[in-house]
Amino acid sequence: MIKNILNLGDAALYCDFGKDVNKETNIQVIRYFKSIQNQNIEGINNLTPSYNKLIISFDLKKMNFTELKNIIENLTITNINELKNKRIEIPVCTHENFSLDIKRLEQILNKRREDIYENFFNKEFFCYMTGFIAGMPFLGDLDETMRAKRLETPRVKVPKGSVGLTEQFANIYTFESPGGWNIIGNTPINIFDSSKEKDPNLIYPGDTITFKEITKDQYHKHNE
Amino acid sequence: MNKNYFEIIRAGINTTFQDQGRKNLYHIGIPFSGAMDNRNYLLANKLVRNKLDHPVIEFAYQGPSLKYCGDNINIAITGDINFMIKRNNNNIDGKCYQTFNIQNGDEIDIISTNKSVYGYLAIGGEIDLKYQWSSCSINTKANIGANNGKKLEINQKINISKIDKDLNNNKLDYINTKIENIRIIKGTNFNFFSEEGKKIFFEKEFFVSKLSDRMGMRLEGPKIENIVDTNIKSEGLIKGVIQVPADGNPIIMLSDHGTIGGYPKIGVVISADYDKLVQLTPGSKIKFKEVELSDAETLFKLYELETQNLISRI
Repeated sequence: MIKNILNLGDAALYCDFGKDVNKETNIQVIRYFKSIQNQNIEGINNLTPSYNKLIISFDLKKMNFTELKNIIENLTITNINELKNKRIEIPVCTHENFSLDIKRLEQILNKRREDIYENFFNKEFFCYMTGFIAGMPFLGDLDETMRAKRLETPRVKVPKGSVGLTEQFANIYTFESPGGWNIIGNTPINIFDSSKEKDPNLIYPGDTITFKEITKDQYHKHNE
Repeated sequence: MNKNYFEIIRAGINTTFQDQGRKNLYHIGIPFSGAMDNRNYLLANKLVRNKLDHPVIEFAYQGPSLKYCGDNINIAITGDINFMIKRNNNNIDGKCYQTFNIQNGDEIDIISTNKSVYGYLAIGGEIDLKYQWSSCSINTKANIGANNGKKLEINQKINISKIDKDLNNNKLDYINTKIENIRIIKGTNFNFFSEEGKKIFFEKEFFVSKLSDRMGMRLEGPKIENIVDTNIKSEGLIKGVIQVPADGNPIIMLSDHGTIGGYPKIGVVISADYDKLVQLTPGSKIKFKEVELSDAETLFKLYELETQNLISRI
């Protein structure tokens, strides 16, 4: 449930679902997100669900904070069982050309690369949110022993398809972008396709993701 | 073969097609985009009698130079812009907020913006453009929108599929005013900052950095000290949010911003000040002033009324 609704500037509601970042809280955020989306409320022009927050932006020409807050507080929220989520397997190549930060992770986590990859590939991830750049999925949760901070100086260009780790999350760079995540591999799959307007993302909040290791040959064959 | 087109002789620094932008896509990571200075965008369209949500050409600092081939067509330029129309061997001085009738062989040379960042060129008719999610707005980071999501380049052609045949000579007396005081509402992490940091935020001057673009405006000045945490759990952003990363230098989110961010939010620029904020050039001074939500709502109503009034005078 929403713990508190504040204003973010004069044209957005900041719905706070609590301090914790976990699947249960995030499922509540996604429930609200989908329910509001389904009701097509005139004047709302964006919804941004994240781990434990939901930001609702609106057109200040059509409504104001107090009016929309009232609407949101009195909404009927969809039951969790009605959420439709997918299971997706993402192929990842960990060849040294792609695993830009594996050495750094070996040092920080004090683990051999084989152990890092074994842990990563045997994990089932949950998609908390998508965004920052178009279609980028934020996937959790990594084990406690797999958690590293961002690079101190972010890269100016992270290659498209890069799979990165930071703290309890993994993500995938849907196109070349600046970024500071620890890169451990690359996927040949298109995670975001802007030509599919109705369904541009491969992964949506609530989906379950696993990663599968592929060889460099398989990686290159994928794009042929 | 298209018989009416503009050919780009010089592309300019950051020349794109923009319209009202695309909504309801933040949740998949796609920002609003759209014209940075909405008032000048609307006025440009009204001057050439287009629908107000029609695509225009937005340029920054140095604009494009465009050679026209085809039947007579109306154009208008808004902002604070130096431009010229080259006809045969004559140069006609361009005036903003006025329609010009462009003839076959004319060249529109948009030399520069004047102590401002963005300007708009509206063309009276339909431009042949690709739309994505009901908007042609070019987002060069995600390569979304018209022109495959890329800036306009030299030698490219802009095809006009339909011309508004009636000549018109609309005109508006309007001068863009500048602001130094940017009004803000306190952000959701305002209390992450030290008493000294908060004082600095409201009392000291900041300067617009060169590292500013359609995604964000970086500021330089005294550092704002954070005493709680320099990171928050990543959450949604909106246009106008002022984030303060660990280095203590504020960044204001603009129209092409990343949709999620993990830096504390010290404030949010009010909607009424957004069009004028984006026009501040690198080196410009900014001072932040706090307003209450109800004042911000009234100020936006007044700003919107003024915009509608300007539109109705054309």
